[in-house]
Amino acid sequence: MAQGKGAKGTTPKLPRNYEVAPGLSRFSKARLFHKRGLYQKLQKASPAKPKSKEDKSKQYVVKPIGGDKNGKERRILAKKGSKITPVLTNVKNSVRRNPKKVPLRKSITPGTILILLAGRHRGKRVVFLKQLEKSGLLLVTGPMKLNAVPLRRVAQAFVIATKTKLDISKVQVPDHVNHDYFKKKSEKKSEKTDASIFAAGKSEYTVSDQRKADQKTVDSALLGVIRAHKDRKYLFGYLGSRFSLAKGQLPHNLVY
Amino acid sequence: MIYNKFVEVGRVVFIAKGKDQGKLAVIVNIIDGNRTLVDGPSTGVIRGVRNFKDLHLTKYKVPIRLGQRTKGVKEAFEKAGINEQWKNSLWAKKLEKRHIRANLTDFERFKVLRAKQLRNRILRTELGKLRNANKTNKAPKSKKAKK
Repeated sequence: MAQGKGAKGTTPKLPRNYEVAPGLSRFSKARLFHKRGLYQKLQKASPAKPKSKEDKSKQYVVKPIGGDKNGKERRILAKKGSKITPVLTNVKNSVRRNPKKVPLRKSITPGTILILLAGRHRGKRVVFLKQLEKSGLLLVTGPMKLNAVPLRRVAQAFVIATKTKLDISKVQVPDHVNHDYFKKKSEKKSEKTDASIFAAGKSEYTVSDQRKADQKTVDSALLGVIRAHKDRKYLFGYLGSRFSLAKGQLPHNLVY
Repeated sequence: MIYNKFVEVGRVVFIAKGKDQGKLAVIVNIIDGNRTLVDGPSTGVIRGVRNFKDLHLTKYKVPIRLGQRTKGVKEAFEKAGINEQWKNSLWAKKLEKRHIRANLTDFERFKVLRAKQLRNRILRTELGKLRNANKTNKAPKSKKAKK
C-alpha cells in the first residue's frame, strides 16, 4: 500500500493501523484486537476469577419460599441495581476543529478546470489554483470576470475535475491567501441582551478591499494565460457557461 | 431474403463481443452450428474458438484452405490488404466516430455545441432567404393559390 512517497528511496514508516481511504481504516477492531495481543490481557485476567467467585457468593442472599414444588429457596441479589440509569453528562461532543487534509486527487493539478457541483455556483466551470494547507480545501477562481466566481474555497468532494488544463505556472497566487484568509470573522458578542441581537440585524457582507486587490492580481494573470491559449474564444465561452446534462448523457459514462 | 455474406472458410469476421472485441479475424474452420475456429494474426487475434453470436460477418473474403495454419492465414490476409480496405470502409469509420464521440472531454463537447449552433444558424439564414425569395415569386399570383 505504500505509495510513491518513497521517491527518495526511503519508505515512510506507517503506523500499524492507518486510513486506507478517508474514514476507512486498514484493520477492523476485531483484527486489531488480535494484532495487539489483547487476548493475552484477557488470559492474564483469569487468576482474578477465584476472587470474583467469593464475591459472587456474597452478592446473593438465599431466601426460603413456600409453595409446592417451587425449589424451596431462591437466590436473590443482595444489592439490586438502580432502575434509573444516570444521564450521561460526560459525553464529549467531539467537534473536528482541525479537519484532516484530504489528499488531492491525481486528476486535480494546478490549472485544471473544475466543475462545481454544489453551492450557489453549482454547474460553473472554474480554474483550480492550489490546495490550501491545513484544511485541504481547493482554492479556485472564476476568473471573476467570466463567471462571477471569486477567489473561493471548495471541497474536493463537490467537484468534478475535467481533463482541460491551463498552464498557470506563471500565475502567482499571493502567499497570504491561505486557510486563515477565508476564515469567517465573527463579531464579538459584547452584550447578551435580547434587544441588541434583534436591533443590530444581519450585518451585510461587504467585500474587503484586500479581497478585491488579490482577485485583481490573480485574475489579470489568469486572463492573460487564457488569452494566449489556442482555443481562447471557446475557453471564454466555456468558463462563462454552466455545465448541464442533456438527454442521453449519463454522468457515469461521460468523460470530463 | 437474399443473403450475400456467408459463413465460410476465409470469411473475414468482426468480433463484436467478448475477447478481442472490435478486431477482425478470419474463419479458418467451422466446428458446428454455433462455433467456429477463428484466427487473426495480422489483427492481434490468437487462433481460437468463437461463437457465431459474437461475430458479425464482413464483406471481405480471404483465399485460404480449410484449417490453414496461422502463417498461411497471415500471408493471405496481408496479400488481400484487408486491413486497408477495412479502414476505408464506412463501417469502420462509423465505429471510429462513435468512439471519438464517447471519449469527448467536457471542453470538446462544448466546442462541438458551439460548432453545431454556428452551422444551424447558417442553415437557418439560408433557408430564410430561400423562403423569402419564394414568397416574392408567388405574390403576383392569385390569392387562391395560397396554401
